[in-house]
Amino acid sequence: MTLGFTLAYLALIVLIPLAGLVWRSAALGWGGFFSVAIDPRTINALKISFGTSLVAALVNVVFGVIVAWVLVRYRFPGRRIIDAIVDLPFALPTAVAGIALTALYAKNGWIGKWLEPLGIKVAFTPLGIIIALIFIGLPFVVRTVQPVMEEIRKEVEEAAATLGATRFQTITRVLLPGLQPAILTGFALAFARAVGEYGSVIFIAGNLPYVSEIAPLLIVIRLEEFDYAGATAIATIMLSISFLMLLVINLIQAWSRRRYGYGT
Amino acid sequence: MKNYRLSIAFATALLMATVASQPMSAAFADTTLLNVSYDPTRELYKDFNAAFAAKWKADTGETVTIQTSHGGSGKQARAVIDGLDADVVTLALESDISAIVGATKKINPDWRTKYPHNSAPYTSTIVFLVRKGNPKGIKDWGDLIKDGVEVITPNPKTSGGARWNYLAAWAWANGQFGGDEAKIKEYIATLFQHVPVLDTGARGSTTTFAQRELGDVLLAWENEAYLSLDEFGADKFDIVVPPQSILAEPPVAIVDANVDAKGTRKAAEAYLQYLYSEEGQTLAAKHFYRPSEPKLVSADLLKKLPELKLVTIDDPIFGGWAKAQPYHFGDGGTFDQIYKPKQ
Repeated sequence: MTLGFTLAYLALIVLIPLAGLVWRSAALGWGGFFSVAIDPRTINALKISFGTSLVAALVNVVFGVIVAWVLVRYRFPGRRIIDAIVDLPFALPTAVAGIALTALYAKNGWIGKWLEPLGIKVAFTPLGIIIALIFIGLPFVVRTVQPVMEEIRKEVEEAAATLGATRFQTITRVLLPGLQPAILTGFALAFARAVGEYGSVIFIAGNLPYVSEIAPLLIVIRLEEFDYAGATAIATIMLSISFLMLLVINLIQAWSRRRYGYGT
Repeated sequence: MKNYRLSIAFATALLMATVASQPMSAAFADTTLLNVSYDPTRELYKDFNAAFAAKWKADTGETVTIQTSHGGSGKQARAVIDGLDADVVTLALESDISAIVGATKKINPDWRTKYPHNSAPYTSTIVFLVRKGNPKGIKDWGDLIKDGVEVITPNPKTSGGARWNYLAAWAWANGQFGGDEAKIKEYIATLFQHVPVLDTGARGSTTTFAQRELGDVLLAWENEAYLSLDEFGADKFDIVVPPQSILAEPPVAIVDANVDAKGTRKAAEAYLQYLYSEEGQTLAAKHFYRPSEPKLVSADLLKKLPELKLVTIDDPIFGGWAKAQPYHFGDGGTFDQIYKPKQ
């Protein structure tokens, strides 16, 4: 009964819309689909989308884990407030985030005006895309890693220390293997979210074809031409790549679970 | 027992959904009109709706509520195609209304002849907004590709306004190079090398130019340029009217299938007709649109809208929207060609 319900629910919410997507792009036929797929502009936009998302997700893994660690292990005034602030990128409409970040990083913005003399341009370059994606992706890593960290008792670290481990060894040999599945999940979530992000990125990207044009913008451009099939074709390609990457991440997780015996 | 309760909950939900989906018009005798428009008309229709509601009340005694929806012109057209219950559409481009005609037949194909001036109650043109004092000396389209000049325009693929920018530049180059298409394309390609940011809509570009202080010149709707002066201060920018530009005719149409289904045809027709009245034309001019019937408007208001040579979309250079749209902005059109990477 529960299984049936779950499957029906998943079909209704996820599978049917996705099937509709593939169905519409099928209107192109294989030839049309293929010509969209190998169009240098599509390939470039996909490279930019997946490249910037990957970089942003990696940055988020590093700093997200540090943030989570500080929130779990340190007691300081305002910790609860910082903890709550981490969730803000979830709640903020992405367009607002995009406009705010652009205002900050434009050459006359608070941060941009210090970077400009150094020759660093953030707003309206691919670097700006990465900044926006880091912003929206941060909570995914923190929130998946944090609860697992809370489960690690301090005694584990102390035991490692008494057995002669250096602090570095404690981190790499004791703590990280246990956190790895959670970190991978956080990475996958932040990455998947970044690939599909549109609202915040278009404000800061500059949107120049072949330079800072993301794949979701290309989809919007196709829609603007009333080319539904072309738009869904790009979406289908994005979806397939994302699905493959998430599948690989899941396989890595399963493998590490078997190897280390950790995780859920 | 549990299942029984569940089915009661389900039945209640179903009942509520059925009740909610009943036509609401039965509850309100008053008419509600939905005008689906594009981005820069926000201020114009706010004033115009109030004027029309007052007039309709005085003429018929009925209260009419007008809702307007604003957004990128193409996006709005798609919303109507996908089922948005618009009574009238007032969009940036003829091709957007044609798209609705082609996709849904909700609008009669002869819509362009329903109202005077090709169903365009007001027109506009593309002008240059420059920094105060015009430090780069930008006077004409040729100045846009001078060294060190940065041009701000939205992406013609996603913005109706940007298509007019593009075509205005094309029309100028056409005159300059005697119709030599290779040279025109070279000019357009050079022009877009001077564009550092392609925003998706006209308002986005205005923000980039006015607030981010990016670029030396903004290619803008005439009314948007004047709005920017109001909004950001006349001491920051100047408007430069080039000797030649393009005549943009943002058209209006009744969505026939929708008004017939909702029984709002009379009010919807009066609404669009009122755009051509003295009040409608004056309001258009007040918001810096060029009225189609300038004789109805006081000379004082028209002073701000100087005479210049205006090329229309039906000029042989372009051959109308039906031809220009795919040729320039379709997949692989002239705009896509200039961004092909050089190899």
